[in-house]
Amino acid sequence: MSSLLVLLAPEIVLFITTCIVMIVGLWPKLEVRSLAMPIAGMGLLIAGVLAINTPANPESILPNIIPYAKAMTAGVGLLLVLLLAGTVDRSYEAAVERGELRFNPIHTNRAEFFAFFLFSLTGLMLCASATDLIWLFLALELVSLPTYVMATISTRKLRSQEAGVKYFFLGALGAAIFLYGFALLYGGTGTTNLIGIRDALAEQAASGGINPIAMAGIILSLIGISFKIAAVPMHFYTADVYQGAAAPVSAMLAFVPKTAGFIAMMGILAAVGWQYAPGGETLAADGVGTLPRSIYVTLAAIAVLTMTVGNVLALLQRSIKRLLAYSSIAHTGYMLVALIAGPSIAAEAGITSNGLGAVLFYLLVYGVTNIGTFAVVACLERPQPDGEADELDDLEDLRGLCRTRPVLGWVMVICALGLLGLPPLLGFWAKFLLFTSAISAGEIALVVILGLNSAIAAFYYLKLVTLPLLEEPEGDAPATTPFASRTFAGVLSAALVLLAIIPTGIVDAAMEAADRAGTIVPANIEAIERSITAEALRDEPTPIIDR
Amino acid sequence: MSESILHVLILLPIATAAFIVARPAGEAKTVALWGSLISLVLGVVAAFQFDWSNAGAMQPEVSLVPWLPALGLSISVGADGVSMMLVLLTLLLGPICVAASFSSIKHRVKTYYAWLTVLQAAMVGVFVARDILLFYVCFEFTLIPMFVLISIYGSSNRKAAATKFFLYTFTGSILALAGLIYVIWFNATRMPVEAFAGAGEWSFQIDTLRQAAVRMSPTEQGWVFAAMLLGFAVKVPLFPVHTWLPLAHTEAPTAGSVILAGVLLKLGTYGLYRFAIPFTPIAAVDFAPFIGLLAVIGIVFAGLICWVQDDVKKLVAYSSVSHLGFCVLGLFALNTMGQSGSVMYMINHGLSTGALFLLIGMVYERYHTRSMRELGGLAAKMPVWSFFMVFFVMASAGLPGLNGFISEFMCLMGTFQASDTLAGSSIGATPGVLGPVFAILAGTGVVIGAMYLLMMTGKMVWGPLREPKGHDHHNHSELADDLNAREIAVLTPLAVLCLVLGLFPTPVLKGIEAPVNDTVRWVQEHGGLRLYRDPAPARVTELSPAGVVTPELAAPAAGGER
Repeated sequence: MSSLLVLLAPEIVLFITTCIVMIVGLWPKLEVRSLAMPIAGMGLLIAGVLAINTPANPESILPNIIPYAKAMTAGVGLLLVLLLAGTVDRSYEAAVERGELRFNPIHTNRAEFFAFFLFSLTGLMLCASATDLIWLFLALELVSLPTYVMATISTRKLRSQEAGVKYFFLGALGAAIFLYGFALLYGGTGTTNLIGIRDALAEQAASGGINPIAMAGIILSLIGISFKIAAVPMHFYTADVYQGAAAPVSAMLAFVPKTAGFIAMMGILAAVGWQYAPGGETLAADGVGTLPRSIYVTLAAIAVLTMTVGNVLALLQRSIKRLLAYSSIAHTGYMLVALIAGPSIAAEAGITSNGLGAVLFYLLVYGVTNIGTFAVVACLERPQPDGEADELDDLEDLRGLCRTRPVLGWVMVICALGLLGLPPLLGFWAKFLLFTSAISAGEIALVVILGLNSAIAAFYYLKLVTLPLLEEPEGDAPATTPFASRTFAGVLSAALVLLAIIPTGIVDAAMEAADRAGTIVPANIEAIERSITAEALRDEPTPIIDR
Repeated sequence: MSESILHVLILLPIATAAFIVARPAGEAKTVALWGSLISLVLGVVAAFQFDWSNAGAMQPEVSLVPWLPALGLSISVGADGVSMMLVLLTLLLGPICVAASFSSIKHRVKTYYAWLTVLQAAMVGVFVARDILLFYVCFEFTLIPMFVLISIYGSSNRKAAATKFFLYTFTGSILALAGLIYVIWFNATRMPVEAFAGAGEWSFQIDTLRQAAVRMSPTEQGWVFAAMLLGFAVKVPLFPVHTWLPLAHTEAPTAGSVILAGVLLKLGTYGLYRFAIPFTPIAAVDFAPFIGLLAVIGIVFAGLICWVQDDVKKLVAYSSVSHLGFCVLGLFALNTMGQSGSVMYMINHGLSTGALFLLIGMVYERYHTRSMRELGGLAAKMPVWSFFMVFFVMASAGLPGLNGFISEFMCLMGTFQASDTLAGSSIGATPGVLGPVFAILAGTGVVIGAMYLLMMTGKMVWGPLREPKGHDHHNHSELADDLNAREIAVLTPLAVLCLVLGLFPTPVLKGIEAPVNDTVRWVQEHGGLRLYRDPAPARVTELSPAGVVTPELAAPAAGGER
């Protein structure tokens, strides 16, 4: 038990921070109230430091993932905290400061906003620790439930409420689907423990194939979770929700649920294992192979559709947030390719051929880069009479931004090129790892489709580059938010993207995190050996005659 | 030659760009000029340090600066004879482009010169990279500066041109990346460690990967070659993916066109020469007739398009497509004659077409038109300009005695000889799959080239003076009627080089001989049998020694006769 407490230390810290933030955020004095954000940041910082030093969990299906996944959560979370500043309660606080209103905790949202944010991150961290389907389900829901509220209260506009409702109902649908999948998986394997499921599935595969009920469970789970990662066919909410919520919340929605979904998918797929004969449902003789055929086909179809739908629809958008939403869908598709490739468990595999590591690194890079682009949207605004400002969300608003608002303009240019994956920016190295891992797994067709999609993406990312960089500004410089930390978050992201020298440690950490995931456990080896012997026994007669 | 000088050649332009941004706009052009001149001087120093007697080897022998240790990446630079020549070409065009922009760039000066110098760093990086990822990073990065130069400083349709340029090349090169990564993966996982140094590792060294790549099966080679071809052919550009080039050229500012024609197109042919052909020799041989066909179509088709152009700049742009066809044809002749001719062509085309773009830019600055309907008989008003124009047109058309002739001749000769069915005849046949038919068809391109270039000269230079309506004789710009000293200074080095390389190309040919011979030998060794229609090994011995023709045989015949 105590070892579990050590493993969960970051979550515990975040939970305590959440409680503090909830109280502090309702404090009558402004000075104390405004501490909510710094406290949330401090909590994340401590959780991150604790996470880095968390030991591996041998009972987890992804034994090494905890330090990396939780530290990434905390790191990107810190950027998000900076970005979330001033999202809620802006006109209310202004009115209180002017003395027009008396502070009434009932009417403010600050406390629950930051508390929910931390809850969501706690859920994400719990996903990384999950060893059990029930735990995984609860963690996934802990990620999503707070985000429904956050999307709704992020602005006082009708569109946010619409976004929140859409998000909630479709989210509930997704959750229902993957819960159904989990139930079937339990029915097919007799356990909810992921390692137990792994052993049961290997046993079934060795003796004639995976139980159809378990297989249906896995596929339903993957389809349900594709809501979290915004993959086709569960992507419909993305554009509306990203557009409806305030930009800082959209930035969060593009990272937190996506990461949780990918980690959950990794866990489930690691239980299945990448050790099946290509194009079949039985184990490969040498234990080096791919996913079972039905899962492979499902995921490959989802990946191809997701990339293509995301990129093609992004071409048509006029709103920056909708464009980024479709680009977020496309990036999910890219990552799915590496997920299909899986951890290369061949003996000669190098650091660059682990698909899960590539996904983990890509998630971080995508999260950081995406925050940069959303930060620009979050910083530009059109003042409104009621004190709440309206975001500038049209592509045309970026016109000439590098001249009128050089800092924001360049952040947009650099981050858009980073999302495009232009060398030598950080995005290129992330995409490079996707390429290497997928080629290592022999997924040439998927790599070509990924390449073509990146080329399509160039078209709309170029709009985000040309409009600020090359066009002449029209009229006055757009107004910006008074929240310097938002600009700072953008600048920080752009600086990270520009850093051509990858913090090598991070790639190493991502690869280490994915290490030993989906590798053959002794039980599997036994099973494989048994199946091989059984086959040999069937072929026995011929050699006997020879003798 | 030390590796640090190559590092400096990459880093100095970046530092110059940073300096330009830091200083006031008025000083931008001076800083850029000095920066590029220092680079040029350093390049000349490097060329003197370079051991030309051993030009076939990469120099310095070893160069490793760890870059991204997690991925096993390093910055590894070096140059052989071919790289060195192309680096020198790049560095020479640097100050020329800066000086040529003094009067034409009036707004956003700092941005312009900063990107122009950064572009130079990336181009040098491509030529000196010995690490496949450094190559790719630089190769891709050239897109951004060029994109900015075209879309801010180009003419009316500049944005469409810049976007088209970016999308075409980006699409091609991302697929080329997939091909290159396949080779990296193949080396890491499919090569036994004892096969050669670096086998069985995640290595990015071009030398190592070349060894691994030739061991791929013909099918794999075919796919990898196709991927690389997509990337490099767009850049060359080869018919039918050439459509971005005329547009980009027409819209680009003068210096942009010069860099584009002078160096950026050569990134494509250099990629074919350095990667596609030696990495996948079997596929290169298999594909050669197909690519030869595309090249010939490009030569004739683009030549015919030139003939009906009214816009002079568009004419020269299409002539680039036509000329680069010769270059590709020479590369795929897969013999020393053809490949040295091709490398020569890369340099010569950079000099003469670059100069033509400069000349057209100079007229455009004075008349603000490039239409041959509106301009004519300029010899009467601009004698110096007309002299240079006629001179460079002759160089470009391949007049013997000027540089274009030798390379064109060598490319065609190499193509002609590249057929083992002619073995035993007196033309010095080498193993290859092109042959006389390709050479003769491409040869018609030379005639067409002469026709459209002379027609253009005739309209622009000779005859009665024609100026655009409303252009009073005291033109609006502050420029003199004829070329001023700066413009003459810009053109003179190019003219001198055209003349020198035309009369005495031996130093350059000698410099590229060794590396080209190595490549040719490599291709024959690893894709060799497919070079023969009748793959009986005995045929190999019937041919001239290893089928390698030394350029000395060609040089006197070419340069010495007039």
